[in-house]
Amino acid sequence: METFFSVTAKLAQGFGTTLSLFFLTLLFAIPLGLLFACLSRLRIRLFRFLMRAFIYIIRGTPLLLQLMIVVYLPGIVFDRPLTKWEIFHQNVPLAYFCGALFAFVINYACYFAEIFRGGIENIPKGQYEACEVLGMSKTQAFFRVILLQVIRNIVAPMSNEVVTLVKDTALARTVSVVEIYFAASEILRLQFIIWPLFYTGAFYLAFSALVTLLFGLLEKRLSRYWR
Amino acid sequence: MALLRVEQLTKSFGETRVLKGIDFEMESGEVLSIIGSSGSGKTTLLRCLNFLETADGGSIYVDEKPIFNAEDPSLMTPKAIRHNRINFGLVFQSFNLFPQYTVLQNLTLAAMMKAKEETSDYSKQKRAINAALDKQALKLLERIGLSEKMDAYPCELSGGQQQRVAIARALMLTPRILCFDEPTSALDPELTKEVLHVIKDLKTAGNTMIVVTHEMDFARNVSDKVIFMAKGIIEESGTPEEIFESPKSPLLKSFLKQ
Ligand SMILES: Nc1ncnc2c1ncn2[C@@H]1O[C@H](COP(=O)(O)OP(=O)(O)OP(=O)(O)O)[C@@H](O)[C@H]1O
Ligand SMILES: [Mg+2]
Repeated sequence: METFFSVTAKLAQGFGTTLSLFFLTLLFAIPLGLLFACLSRLRIRLFRFLMRAFIYIIRGTPLLLQLMIVVYLPGIVFDRPLTKWEIFHQNVPLAYFCGALFAFVINYACYFAEIFRGGIENIPKGQYEACEVLGMSKTQAFFRVILLQVIRNIVAPMSNEVVTLVKDTALARTVSVVEIYFAASEILRLQFIIWPLFYTGAFYLAFSALVTLLFGLLEKRLSRYWR
Repeated sequence: MALLRVEQLTKSFGETRVLKGIDFEMESGEVLSIIGSSGSGKTTLLRCLNFLETADGGSIYVDEKPIFNAEDPSLMTPKAIRHNRINFGLVFQSFNLFPQYTVLQNLTLAAMMKAKEETSDYSKQKRAINAALDKQALKLLERIGLSEKMDAYPCELSGGQQQRVAIARALMLTPRILCFDEPTSALDPELTKEVLHVIKDLKTAGNTMIVVTHEMDFARNVSDKVIFMAKGIIEESGTPEEIFESPKSPLLKSFLKQ
């Protein structure tokens, strides 16, 4: 029979996977989003168009569908499921995890790219020009004047997006990643105990609260300087 | 010998010819006002002098040395432009202070970065250099009457105070010629006065300035020379008396009647 402690232990294990997915997504999606943002601002029309079209498609379709496509499409198209790929060394959970991570990274990179692009484009032209007439180089201007203003512009929208990511990780269960929600539903399936499912909410809540708190501190720190 | 000489400067944006051959010169210590109706090319002229726009034709000399020549590509490298543009300072209509820096930091930032680039053993001399720059900045703040605001952020200042800080920030780099693009048109009359007062003080101190302005009283009373621009050319120029008391061109006459 499950006790509160044994359930907590099982959920904590699932939550470990949730956290890995969360942090690895941020780790890869932030730089990739920056790259996407730069590409979508390129002078070369074709690049810009392709990048913006890609971002539009990813943002306009459900993450759930993207997860299915990444994890199951290779099996259908190449007749070789993700779990049989050599790089995963027959480690099935790893294959599913990597597939899910890939979909999350692409999806979030597109959302981040739009936030970064907005953050950059919202800097008044006068800020660049003031730097220029004061004799700064482009690099100096970017790192000493522009960057902090961009960061300030993006803190609030990034905070929203990252909290959404906390909750979106639960979608990974649909492609067999044993994160916390999956772990709870296994207890339900095998032992007909339903309360662990609701108990997962506490984990999500605590984690969202932490994320919100950290972003709040950052925002406060930055707004000490200016409106 | 003229401090600044501009010859046949032209600039187009696409099909629109905005500057159609501008010629003028000014001596050290002079204040030149540029007046003219909206769209006549005043801002574009200042932006060409400050290399924010690249003129299509003509040349600019400071102390008879060419700093811009549309035919000479060696003057157009990014390095040459960075070197030559410090002859000019520019004060914008919208101030453009850096919001994340205090008043003092706004003044010293560019000078500090310049020192860092130009001093070979910067890390050793850092303290001395920064102290000297702080001192220079504090002196300027005293001159514009904002010493007590040195640690304030731009958003905590009135428009007039922000513009005075922007003027001090430009002066930190000791430009040969300081340009103003309608420095008071974003301000209400009371604040306009304090900014114009600072500009008058700068004239007394011997600064060379070009001021694009809609303040006719200022142009008449403070400047040594006035240029009236219309449709991309200098329609008329002369002393304030000549321009305001006995205008010749019909365009200028009707402009002054408004
Ligand atoms: N970046 C640009 N691209 C295209 N056209 C421009 C650009 N900058 C200015 N112009 C055009 O050049 C003309 C002159 O503009 P400019 O800003 O120099 O006038 P101005 O004399 O400063 O007017 P105002 O008194 O309204 O400030 C205008 O017709 C304007 O539309
Ligand atoms: Mg203008």
